Amino acid sequence: MQVDIKTTSVTQLRHTFSNVARRLGGDRPASRYQEATFDLQPEVNFHYRPLWDPRHELYDKNRTRIVMRDWYAFTDPRQYYYGTYTIARSRQQETMEKNTAFVETRGLLRTLPAEAHASLTERLLPLRHVEWAANMNNCQITALGWGTAITQATMYHTMDRLGIAQYLSRIGLLLDGNSGDSLAGAKRVWMEEADWQELRRYVENSLVIEDWFELFVAQNFVLDGLLYPLAYQHFDARFGAEYGPTLSMLTNFMSSWFDETRRWVDATLKVAAAESEHNAALLGEWVARWTQAAVEALKPLAPRILGGDGAAILETLVAELRVRSEKIGVRA
Amino acid sequence: MTTNKSSNIAKAPRKLSLKENYALMTRDLGWQPSYQSVDKIFPHDHFEGIKIHNWEGWEDPFRLTMDAYWKYQGEKERKLYAIIDAFQQNNGQFNVTDARYINTLKLFLTGVSPLEYAAHRGFAIAGRAFRGVGPRVACQMQAIDELRHVQTQIHTISHYNKFFNGLHDFKHMHDRVWYLSVPKSYFDDAMSAGPFEFITAISFSFEYVLTNLLFMPFMSGAAFNGDMATVTFGFSAQSDESRHMTLGLEVVKFILEQDPDNVPIVQKWLDKWFWRGYRLLTLVAMMMDYMLPKRVMSWAEAWEIYFEQNGGSLFRDLERYGIRMPKYHEVATKEKNRLSHEAWATFYNYTAATDFHTWVPSSQEMNWLSEKYPETFDRYYRPRFEFWRERQQQGKRFYNPTLPMLCQTCQIPMIFTEPDDPTKICYRETEYRGEKFHFCSDGCKDIFCDEPEKYVQAWLPVHQIYQGNCFLPDADPTAPGFNPLAEVLRYYNLNVGHDNGDYADSPDRRNWEQWTGRPGAPVEEEEVGKAA
Repeated sequence: MQVDIKTTSVTQLRHTFSNVARRLGGDRPASRYQEATFDLQPEVNFHYRPLWDPRHELYDKNRTRIVMRDWYAFTDPRQYYYGTYTIARSRQQETMEKNTAFVETRGLLRTLPAEAHASLTERLLPLRHVEWAANMNNCQITALGWGTAITQATMYHTMDRLGIAQYLSRIGLLLDGNSGDSLAGAKRVWMEEADWQELRRYVENSLVIEDWFELFVAQNFVLDGLLYPLAYQHFDARFGAEYGPTLSMLTNFMSSWFDETRRWVDATLKVAAAESEHNAALLGEWVARWTQAAVEALKPLAPRILGGDGAAILETLVAELRVRSEKIGVRA
Repeated sequence: MTTNKSSNIAKAPRKLSLKENYALMTRDLGWQPSYQSVDKIFPHDHFEGIKIHNWEGWEDPFRLTMDAYWKYQGEKERKLYAIIDAFQQNNGQFNVTDARYINTLKLFLTGVSPLEYAAHRGFAIAGRAFRGVGPRVACQMQAIDELRHVQTQIHTISHYNKFFNGLHDFKHMHDRVWYLSVPKSYFDDAMSAGPFEFITAISFSFEYVLTNLLFMPFMSGAAFNGDMATVTFGFSAQSDESRHMTLGLEVVKFILEQDPDNVPIVQKWLDKWFWRGYRLLTLVAMMMDYMLPKRVMSWAEAWEIYFEQNGGSLFRDLERYGIRMPKYHEVATKEKNRLSHEAWATFYNYTAATDFHTWVPSSQEMNWLSEKYPETFDRYYRPRFEFWRERQQQGKRFYNPTLPMLCQTCQIPMIFTEPDDPTKICYRETEYRGEKFHFCSDGCKDIFCDEPEKYVQAWLPVHQIYQGNCFLPDADPTAPGFNPLAEVLRYYNLNVGHDNGDYADSPDRRNWEQWTGRPGAPVEEEEVGKAA
């Protein structure tokens, strides 16, 4: 590229950093995503083994059984680096802020009948605790994963889950006029109600999964893949049919977020599965194991949330997840 | 609408204080697990011996919910990238004082930006490790902020990389180049410790106590030298930094308040991380005194303001917890009039193997140094620089072809002098499992002796070179004419003749003069005289 400054001509020496050029197969202009992502994590010459995990190096490929020749094959289809990520979320946040204000000033949630209050408290609000665990799980992946391509995306996912937990909390506060009673009620349901306990067991089990890629599968693919459509599609529609579109305005973020992030989740599994038979088989094993566990967890809950056809809907969702899984080369 | 049918006549919503709102939104999310044990879910937050009786005692100072975070940060990013775009379009890289300034950016991008990344990962580890909800969220927030910092730094400096050498493979070099093991091992040390030590080391000792000595010199240096891009990210990061600093103070107070048994552990960490951080700042000291074409203040002045005064009053505040000033702070004060000179002289020696250029300061610059360091510069350092200048003028620029002995702890070559004798190199040693280990100071020796099993693992660049671990796979040490130094530089991916060596005859300088029509370094008075 030639840049003319006054009368002197300047010849640019190079277009991008050497590590990026090596990946692009030559010195070519690179995107901001590429420069902010490739090879950012230290890879060699670590100094000390972690006191909290002396079996591994500080960063270590062996913390998962998935094997990759190049961990930067996992580029994010959304091309999120911090700047594009926060700008995208700040736009979504603006919509949510308007929606919330709209609902709040008109008291649209508070003035719903008691049954509607109970329905949200017992069916939707306990999910804030699921989000909380999803936040921890993605933080765990960010902490222990290999390669910035994956771990930066899971960092955004970590904060997204905290954000969603807080959006759910806000629904509770809109409902109970800021007393927090609905949140306390939802927590009681989460802790004590029999129908929720299998889900809580799944979630607590996920918090101790050692292989971070398996954790990615159990949380971001399997559980979210079943629970998001269940809650934000089916329950939302059902609630809307009875009480109008207020709830959909407040869960708008969650539905669009799920559509956006599943593209990245699928792309991640697809790349890992395409790498080798070994990976594909392992992913298949994990998807099968965790789907089975998730079905156990949701069996009592689906009818509780969705009523009579809850069981049938769960079956459909499981079938859909299977299709999704096969489409990305993972046979469970 | 269903409003009229509602049996539940709603009261007006209660007003929530920020604190209540935050508590309801975030902290009440946790629960006592029953299907897995708490210790299994949080296996790493008790082995360090820190006792926490009440995690709720953690006061989150910011109470920032995610929607507010996205809103503020998104706005900051929009502004920052607009300025970076404008900077690039207007060729702002040519507005800096002269091309010597770019070398501070090389030091920053290879030495500091990768630490931002390390901080990102370290806070992610801590953000999962603590069983208390408050500290976990605070650490996660910082984890994502640090990712911001490394990425905005790369995007800012990316443009300089297109026009100057030495920036082109910063992460690769951070993992390999000899002197970059100093910052790398510093962070590896913190991350490989437990979460309490990590957060004490980074949030408190580094962000709170020492950050003004890192960030201020680079950012003010950028402002003084016309680097508006760097100034912009510096400003933009400032509000993040102030959050991080507050976290640092909160966390240490929280730990200290929880149990008296925590006090000696924290004191030991404060001693260790003060000294680790101070040694790391050697690189900043030389940057301030030698590398900035327009200087902001001297290292000694910065040390007086930011450590002796500010740090002193901070530690006086902590006295009520039973905390005293960090060990060897008086040694740092004794060293303040020598540190930068000893460091720059070393880099001048070894610049054949660095990704940035060095040079002998100009006569005016030496006068500035004499003025700022009246007790030391003329006496100990000026003669050496004048001698080197003379040699260089005779075409015999001195490059040291041997490899220096490194301190086992801080990994800086053994260049520092005895606390009470600036003419005598300070050597300390100890034995561990029948082997001898060497240190630059009592501070570094103490750190080793407290955890020898950790520090014997250090990846010391000089040892690694001698062991043959710093060659590419195709290098053949048995081949005739094998040149080990050249092979090490190839392993570093250092572009010899462009990235390294003296600034005087560097392509950076030539390009600068050709492209801007301005001198690449101050014109010496004697040369002006000769020309006239």
